[in-house]
Amino acid sequence: MGREDKAMVKKAEAATGADNRPFLFRRHDAGTIREAYRKMLLIRAFEEGAENAYMRGLVHGTMHLSIGQEASAVGVGLALRDDDQITSTHRGHGHSIAKGAEVKRMFAEFFGKETGYCRGRGGSMHIADVSKGNLGANGIVGGGIPIAVGAALSARRLGNGKVVVCFFGDGANNEGAFHEALNMAAIWKLPVVFVCENNGYGMSTSQARATASATIAERAGAYAMPGRTIDGNDLSAVAEATEDAVSRARNGEGPSLIELKTYRWRGHSKSDRNRYRTKEEIDHWMTENDPVKRIEADLVAFGILDEAGLDAVRASVAEEIEAGIAFAKESPSPDPADLERFVYTEGA
Amino acid sequence: MDQPVRELSYAEAIREAMAIALERDERVVVMGEDIGVYGGAFQVTGDLIERFGPDRIIDTPISELGGAGIAVGAAVTGLRPIFEFQFSDFATLAMEQIVNQAAKMRFMLGGSVSVPVVMRFPAGSGTGAAAQHSQSLEAWFGHVPGLKVVQPTTPEDAKGLLLAALEDPDPVMIFEHKLLYKTRGPVPEGAYTTPIGKAEIRRKGRDVTVVATGVMVSRALEAANELAAEGIEVEVIDLRTVRPIDTPAIVESVIRTHRLCIVHEAVKTLGIGAEISARIAESEAFDYLDAPIVRLGGAETPIPYNPDLEKAAVPQVPGIVAALRDLATGRR
Ligand SMILES: Cc1ncc(C[n+]2csc(CCOP(=O)(O)OP(=O)(O)O)c2C)c(N)n1
Ligand SMILES: [Mg+2]
Repeated sequence: MGREDKAMVKKAEAATGADNRPFLFRRHDAGTIREAYRKMLLIRAFEEGAENAYMRGLVHGTMHLSIGQEASAVGVGLALRDDDQITSTHRGHGHSIAKGAEVKRMFAEFFGKETGYCRGRGGSMHIADVSKGNLGANGIVGGGIPIAVGAALSARRLGNGKVVVCFFGDGANNEGAFHEALNMAAIWKLPVVFVCENNGYGMSTSQARATASATIAERAGAYAMPGRTIDGNDLSAVAEATEDAVSRARNGEGPSLIELKTYRWRGHSKSDRNRYRTKEEIDHWMTENDPVKRIEADLVAFGILDEAGLDAVRASVAEEIEAGIAFAKESPSPDPADLERFVYTEGA
Repeated sequence: MDQPVRELSYAEAIREAMAIALERDERVVVMGEDIGVYGGAFQVTGDLIERFGPDRIIDTPISELGGAGIAVGAAVTGLRPIFEFQFSDFATLAMEQIVNQAAKMRFMLGGSVSVPVVMRFPAGSGTGAAAQHSQSLEAWFGHVPGLKVVQPTTPEDAKGLLLAALEDPDPVMIFEHKLLYKTRGPVPEGAYTTPIGKAEIRRKGRDVTVVATGVMVSRALEAANELAAEGIEVEVIDLRTVRPIDTPAIVESVIRTHRLCIVHEAVKTLGIGAEISARIAESEAFDYLDAPIVRLGGAETPIPYNPDLEKAAVPQVPGIVAALRDLATGRR
């Protein structure tokens, strides 16, 4: 919807009493919506901060940025309770933030510091915050998928009402682990939602070159679960589809597969020279389909924030990022004498 | 030789070997993730896609088990596939095909087939890639009868061992240390092979033998140079092949030096160092030993992300120098 259309919707509503606004605005209060927007900005700013730190040689190792995919992490997060769980991927910074991680401890991990979520042992690809239900990013493509199904099995057996969301990419759906895990989740009707963030490429390999089916959602059919393809840059649509799937899971009706169509703006990782896609394609997504700009337009159109309000959120995010980087820089490195700590459970 | 030998990087040498094989043998194909236009995660395949096209430089989906299995099936039925793992760590997803199928097929079928597949594994730590992208798993493969396992340490050997692997009728696993890809060295032009199963003495010495693998060979050489200044002469043996191990070369050296140290990056416990120690203990060299054998290996931990911890987790030059000095001067 363009801005004029939205104004018309509002007028029509006033006349008829019906609420034709998108799901997000019908379902959530203004505070929740503002917080969701803030998280999207925080993700983007975290990624930019990480990239900048990397370029300045402050970190060694690699990183996978999710700029352009913010709506999927945050939209999914909107449908989850605090005690629900997620498994994440190598491109997992956004998932962590959406699930409530603090950026300062994420930066600390990225910088390899003792104050990081993994005490500097894991780095970008392994950030986890189990206390917030984030069971962790993963360096192995598809590695988190069976783990999510295992967490769902626990939720069912323990009767704790938790739902597990399993994030993975379009590339991961060609791993054996994906197929085995979906099948078992389905035969046991487990409370898990499989969320495929389809950004069009697994590294350099396009979906068309790697995946036999036209959509990833239709693979759900082989495992007798619902599968839907959703505009992953539409925060409201993501939140709505996830909420449906989460309720289904919570009601004991079993797993679902949601395919979120999105795009990663940056290269796959630091080694990427973008030889497999065109500049026009990248520009198109950046200018025509930026999830942040899209939600900003809605926030203004539906009267949640005005331009000054948007600016205030931007400023507070910038401050939080700056403080987070400073915290990470000042934090101590792990003591090399502790090299063999945490390999086994201490005191066991 | 009138012409000086040109220098190539380790990665370029591997690419050249693949190009020679692709050129002269229609049966050769290269398979792996992002090895086409991307050029491979470590730019080893590089521009091969432009020279040989997508029918022979085959991008696979992210499907290590399936991809490795397809390479095995193709090898049994007439092709000569080179399968590139993006990181050696991902071989864990393909162990079924490597260990249960490729390694055993010839044996199980009573010798009626062979499996001439070559698999390449970028391995090792030092790049900040953390626990799931930094392992040295070569000893796992070395434990499996039916496989051959090599670990080239120079550009010349990287090319020669790959060409030897392609001529070998059995599955050959090549472990390439990621830190070596950019190192440069002389590489002969044209086709040649480096024998599988033969260690190489990189430096002669009378006081102590050090057997090293992978990136530890250059660290051992650095240590040997430092110690030479102190009058300690270290003999450095580059193991080159993990299976089959060149026991005679090590026995012969230990009989001369009377002292043995083994250095590898892989975790020390149950590692290649343990195997070599046992072989020396079982051999005629045992009687010549003047000191207990010393093993240096990776710490008993996954590879950490933090750079200082990462360094502390695997042998470094100062530690090698200290261990060799103690061994050579009888403090150990
Ligand atoms: C088992 C395994 N194979 C390959 C890789 C190397 N790798 C890391 S991310 C990636 C692409 C994954 O694509 P996708 O699942 O679509 O996620 P995206 O990067 O697009 O977010 C590859 C090939 C890996 N980490 N693990
Ligand atoms: Mg992808």
